[in-house]
Amino acid sequence: MDINHIQSAHCESGVIVNMLAYNGLKLSEPMVFGIGSGIFFIYLPFIEVNGVPVSNFRIWPGGIFSRSMKLIGAKVKTQKFRSVQKSMDVLDELLSKKIPVGVMCSVYYLPYLPDAYRFHFNAHNIVIWAKEGDEYIVGDPTLSEMKRIHKDDLAKARWAKGFPEPAGKLYYVEKMPEDTPELKDAIRRGIKRTLFLIKSAPLPFIGVKGICYLAKKIEKYPEKYSERKALLALGNLIRMQEEIGTGGGGFRFMYAAFLKEASHLLNNEELAKLSQELTGIGDRWRDFAYRVAKIIKNRGSAQDNYQSIARYLEEIGQSEIAFFKKLGKVKL
Amino acid sequence: MKKEDVPQDDEKIYENKFGPGLIKYAIDDKGEYTTVQSMGWEPEAIALKQALEEVDFKVTFALKEVREGRKSPIFYYMEKKLLDVGILAGYMNMWKWQVKRHFKPNVFNKLSDEILSKYARVFNIEVDDLTNFKQQ
Repeated sequence: MDINHIQSAHCESGVIVNMLAYNGLKLSEPMVFGIGSGIFFIYLPFIEVNGVPVSNFRIWPGGIFSRSMKLIGAKVKTQKFRSVQKSMDVLDELLSKKIPVGVMCSVYYLPYLPDAYRFHFNAHNIVIWAKEGDEYIVGDPTLSEMKRIHKDDLAKARWAKGFPEPAGKLYYVEKMPEDTPELKDAIRRGIKRTLFLIKSAPLPFIGVKGICYLAKKIEKYPEKYSERKALLALGNLIRMQEEIGTGGGGFRFMYAAFLKEASHLLNNEELAKLSQELTGIGDRWRDFAYRVAKIIKNRGSAQDNYQSIARYLEEIGQSEIAFFKKLGKVKL
Repeated sequence: MKKEDVPQDDEKIYENKFGPGLIKYAIDDKGEYTTVQSMGWEPEAIALKQALEEVDFKVTFALKEVREGRKSPIFYYMEKKLLDVGILAGYMNMWKWQVKRHFKPNVFNKLSDEILSKYARVFNIEVDDLTNFKQQ
């Protein structure tokens, strides 16, 4: 197999970039992320980690894969399993046919990651390229180099428990489209779907308005939580925004990169301007992370701190609402 | 973010395992987007360290609970291995309430060898570490 590992910011879009490139279609990660309608915001008041609610800046796991592949016109197959043995057998069979396979796994069982990263987080994605003896050759899209992993570790990682549960999930490209895909159309449809998802959810914490909702919640953190929990909730937000392979600013830079690339392909100056605007918003998310980290570091629990960062977040939320309104008005 | 502004804070917490760094998106001199490898960013590392401190906090608390006879060693290892009741119940193929019951020292003392060895397998420890819990 002619392996050419491509490092990416995020795991899911990165797996897609690698799979497509192997099949002769070179797309950038932002392009995959954009047509896969990856950008999102959701505050999840019901799902608690460490006793505090979490937020996320991207669409649900698997969403970028299924959407982008559909719009490109590639036929893909996704499988889950009942038995560990079967899930490894099917993987080996695909590899013997020289098909690179995407697997969903827990980072806890990936020994090549720093210990500090190895929480029970199950929605990671990697490409398995080949098997050599008892080891698999792994392309973790977020890393610069390929890694090896023992078959027992891989089996554990694919069968981690918790939420979401991978249950041995694997996926691969069955058939590429016969003609080179019409990217312009895929871009339009990707943007339209993003606008629908991010603007029209009936609940206040889903979509772009959820940022303002979260800002109001943060303002009340000092009343609602102990100091430790309140700071944890803020720290968690920063990790979702920066640490988990978002490319910086909670995927906002990646989407801005997509809009810029789209502006060239569609010859649309408005998209280029909006890309610039979103870059500015991404910069403010970075600044937000910086301010929050300072509060965490100083263990500053003063009410003012929460009010000032809540206000800042509210402003970011308002500028995102305005941004997506403008994006909706662009003639595509 | 401009290309030259991409932070390169070399934090020890990454154990040099990210090589030249993870990918960030930034703007080049011509105003186009490009990728830049980043060694790390202090605010990110602060949030990560905080999450690890939370683990330590919970493990210390659990150790005290076990030593003072209020909780069983299963509770301690759950925290030590970064699990929670839901995930642990998943691995044990049990309900959450069953696992929670096993946190009670008197219930734990009556657990079968079979269940104890299953817990040991999940925690990746010896059964002895559970039954002779002393100096962890």
